[in-house]
Formats: sequence, C-alpha cells, structure tokens
Amino acid sequence: MIEALHFPFIQNAILAGVLAAVACGIIGSLVVVNRSVFMAGGIAHAAYGGVGIAFFFALPPLPCIIAFSLFIAMIMAALTVKRRGRMDTIIGVLWAVGMATGIILIDLTPGYNVDLMSFLFGSILAVSSSDVHIMAGLVVVIVSVVTCFYKELLSVSYDREFSQVRGVPVVPLHFLVLALVAIAVVMTIRLVGLILVMALFTIAPYLVERYVSSLVRMMIWASLLNIFFVLFGLWLSWRFDLTSGATIILTAAVFFVVFELLSWVVRSTKIGSVRR
Amino acid sequence: MKSQNTNNQQPPVIELEDVCFSFNQAPVLVDVNLTVKRGDFVAIIGPNGGGKTTLVKIILGLLKPQKGTVRLLGGAPQKTSKRAGYMPQYATGEKDFPIRVIDTVLLGLMGVTGCGPFFNRQEIVKAEKALELVGMEGLKGQRVGDLSGGQLQRTLLARALVSEPEILFLDEPMANIDVGGQVKLFDLLGKLNEKMTIVFVTHDVGLLSRYVKSVVCVNQNVFFHPGAELTPEMATMMMGEECPMELIAHGMPHRVLGRHGEGKGHKPMRDGGKR
Repeated sequence: MIEALHFPFIQNAILAGVLAAVACGIIGSLVVVNRSVFMAGGIAHAAYGGVGIAFFFALPPLPCIIAFSLFIAMIMAALTVKRRGRMDTIIGVLWAVGMATGIILIDLTPGYNVDLMSFLFGSILAVSSSDVHIMAGLVVVIVSVVTCFYKELLSVSYDREFSQVRGVPVVPLHFLVLALVAIAVVMTIRLVGLILVMALFTIAPYLVERYVSSLVRMMIWASLLNIFFVLFGLWLSWRFDLTSGATIILTAAVFFVVFELLSWVVRSTKIGSVRR
Repeated sequence: MKSQNTNNQQPPVIELEDVCFSFNQAPVLVDVNLTVKRGDFVAIIGPNGGGKTTLVKIILGLLKPQKGTVRLLGGAPQKTSKRAGYMPQYATGEKDFPIRVIDTVLLGLMGVTGCGPFFNRQEIVKAEKALELVGMEGLKGQRVGDLSGGQLQRTLLARALVSEPEILFLDEPMANIDVGGQVKLFDLLGKLNEKMTIVFVTHDVGLLSRYVKSVVCVNQNVFFHPGAELTPEMATMMMGEECPMELIAHGMPHRVLGRHGEGKGHKPMRDGGKR
C-alpha cells in the first residue's frame, strides 16, 4: 500500500476523495435535516443532461454541467418553495427528463461517447491535479458560505415558519441550499459518480444525526466518517481490483448495517437491564 | 358596565380589514374584521378546522389573504413580525434534529442577531434568562429530541420570549400540559401581559382563565368579544349544535353554563353576553 502512495494518480484520487467526502458530509447533513434527499437525488441525476449538452454542443464539460445543474436546482427551488401539492412528483419528472435528455444528446453526438457507467460510478483514479485544484476551490466556497450563513441555515432547517416570522430570508436561503447541493454534486460527480454522491450525502449524516447535539457537529462527524469510507473503500478497491466508487459505497453500507445492529443490541440490552 | 377591558385608549396592535382566505377554493375565513388593542389578553377559540391557526398565520404574515388588509403593530406583518413572539402548535416531528434546548431558544433571536456563525455572550445570557422564566434552565444542554411534550412546549415558549416581543402569539399552548402546568403557564402569561399583548389559540374553551380579557370566536367568521364572557347563544352560533363547550371556567368562582338547548333562558352572570 505504501509504495502505491508514490503514484501521482493515487495521491490525486486520495485528495479528490477526501475533498468530496468533506463537501458531501457538510451538504449531506443540510440535505438530511431538511429532508430534501429526494431533491438532491433529482439534481444529481438531472445533471446528466448537462453532460449530454456539453458533448453534443462540444462545450467544456465542467462549466456546462455546473450551469445545467444550477439551472435544474433553481427550477426545483422555485417549484418547491411553497411546499405545496405534489412536489415529489415534479422532482421525479425533472429527475427522469434530465437523465433522458443527457442520454439522447450523447446518442446524437457523433464519434467518441462517454460511458454512462463512468457518470454513474465515476472514475476516481482518472482525477487530474487540475481537477483536485478545482475541487479544493469548491470546498472552500462551500465551507465559507455555510460558515457565513450557519445561523440562518440552522434556523430555516429547524423551523421554517418561525424563521419567517423572525424575518429570516427563507426563500433566498431555500435557493441557496439547493445551489450548494448542485455545486457539491457537480464537483463530485465526474470524479466519483452520482451514485457515490448520493451515498456520501445520506449514509454518514444519517448515522451521526441521532448522536450529535448540533448541526455543525453533524457536519464535522459526517465529513470524518465519509473520509474513512472513502479511504478504506479506495484501499479495498486497490487491494482487490474492484470499481472504486462501488467499493466505497459498499464499505459505507456494511458499516451502516453493522452500526445499526450494534446500536440495536445496545438499546435492547439496556431495556432488558432496566426491566430486571 | 364593569369591563375588564381598560385598554380602549390603547393603539391597535392587530388590524384586519375585510380579510378573506381560502385554501384550494375552500373558504377558511370570510370577511374578517378584527382590531386588537395593545395590552389585551385575547383567547382565540373555535372548533378544530375553524380557521384559528390560519387566522394567526395571516396576522403574522405567514399566509397571504386573497382579499383584505392586515396590519400588525402598525405595519405590514412581513415587516413587523420580528417584533412579535410566536409559539407554533406543538408538532411531533423533528425528533431527530440535532439541536440543544439553548440553541433552539437562541434561534428566537434571529432577525436581531448580527452576522456570523455564532451567537455572542449577551445573547446566550438572554436565552438562559428566557429558559429560567419557563423553568427550563436545568435542561439547557439537553437534546430537543429527548424532551417530553411539555418540556418541548416550554422550550418553544422561551424561544418566543427571548426577543422580548411586544405581542406574543401562542397556538394551543395548553396541549400536552397537565392542569397544574396550565395554571402555572397562565400565571406566567398573566405576568407577561403587564408588558406585552398576548394572543393565544385554544380549541378547549374550558381553558379561559381569569387573565383573559377578550375572546375571539373563529369559525369561518370572526367575532371579537371584549370581555372574557361567553354565552351559550354565542357558543351555539359559533360552534353549531355539536359544540363541546358546556363548561366555561373564568378563574374563581367557576361557572357552569346550561346546555345549548336550555341556553335561551340563561342569564349571563356578567354583562359580556348582552352585546
């Protein structure tokens, strides 16, 4: 393992993985406490439309995917801001339409076609150092925006109506959260794939949510747990020659199941000892 | 006429004019006109689904009426609502949300706190004082999800009070609290009423305390009754025949009203019902 660390592509993979883990730990915590996991999934999948547009019109992929994901996120924000009616259905429609658009546009693009699998599961070992620099920049953006507006984000996440009475700008913040989701999705998607984005968004935040006493602690612990999943998963995938993204996800999933079982055992023995 | 309402010269804090609100074409409130003066202690009563919570949300600017004008503390509620305290109806959800009691109370200072990620020392002291007021200072480090229903409600009351509001809105504050707790809460509200206007919603008319100065009946229409008196006629008109109100207590001594059918011959003990 140690000698592998000398390879630049392994170093880049580790750095990219850690950056993605932190971004997803922070934004995933926001998404989980806001109960907008489905919305985040919609944005992540619809982002594929951006991939299609970039290839079909021969545009630079990263700016194109960022623009398209932000566009989809803003549509979703506008549609969900009133929290009325069948919002989940509309998210499902955008989700499907975004992906289908991407696939059709890539079909129509002559010549070399990107692999859908690499979009779904990413190719972390193909991360370049300029990718790592862009990711680091985006993590800085995410951390500073979340730090600046921490109180406001906590307030609207905990009680939106009360925040509105207190004069907190709930509508701009709703847009801001989804824009942050879009940024986190885009920075991770080309590198580790959208399936991994969803796993890093949900598993660690959900695991730590019940054991921490504040949103900021949830973000920190979720990020640390994500880093562990990414590094351990990367090592497994290198050791056993498996797809890195999928291995990271299964690492997280196994940890999740073991943790839930353990906490269930602890809880039931506690109840048992109380009865005795 | 001996009226408990000595605040007629006070400026109005709530003014509603011809307000109509419907939800998906179903009318919830129709042609509402309502004026509440500063210093009042108002009970909003009415059957479940009658529009009590909707009325409060309209006053606070959370819902926009299709018709009519709303003024809170002399201005549009969207601008003035941060000078009001709001304790929403108790909700069972959000058990998992990672937040402590003290942090929840601090969120009551949103809108007056500065920028940056943290609350300052003075704000934390304010929040601790608000928790003391509701008897929750011992639980300030507790996770909100681990609180009982009554404790959660007291936490939300502290959150409403921490900004020292000019008017306090409470939606069903007595739910989840036993009778002893209700008496204590009313005593606290009575004390707070010396400094602020209080408006509370209840579906349980047994809960009109001696501190209440006016009653607002809501069932699509809204009627303001200065004075805490309630007559069986009024009850029948507002609630229909299935009205659960048969017993109305006004502090000491408690009174029992006649059944609705016998209501016609009933003479109110005080002047409130003659209006």
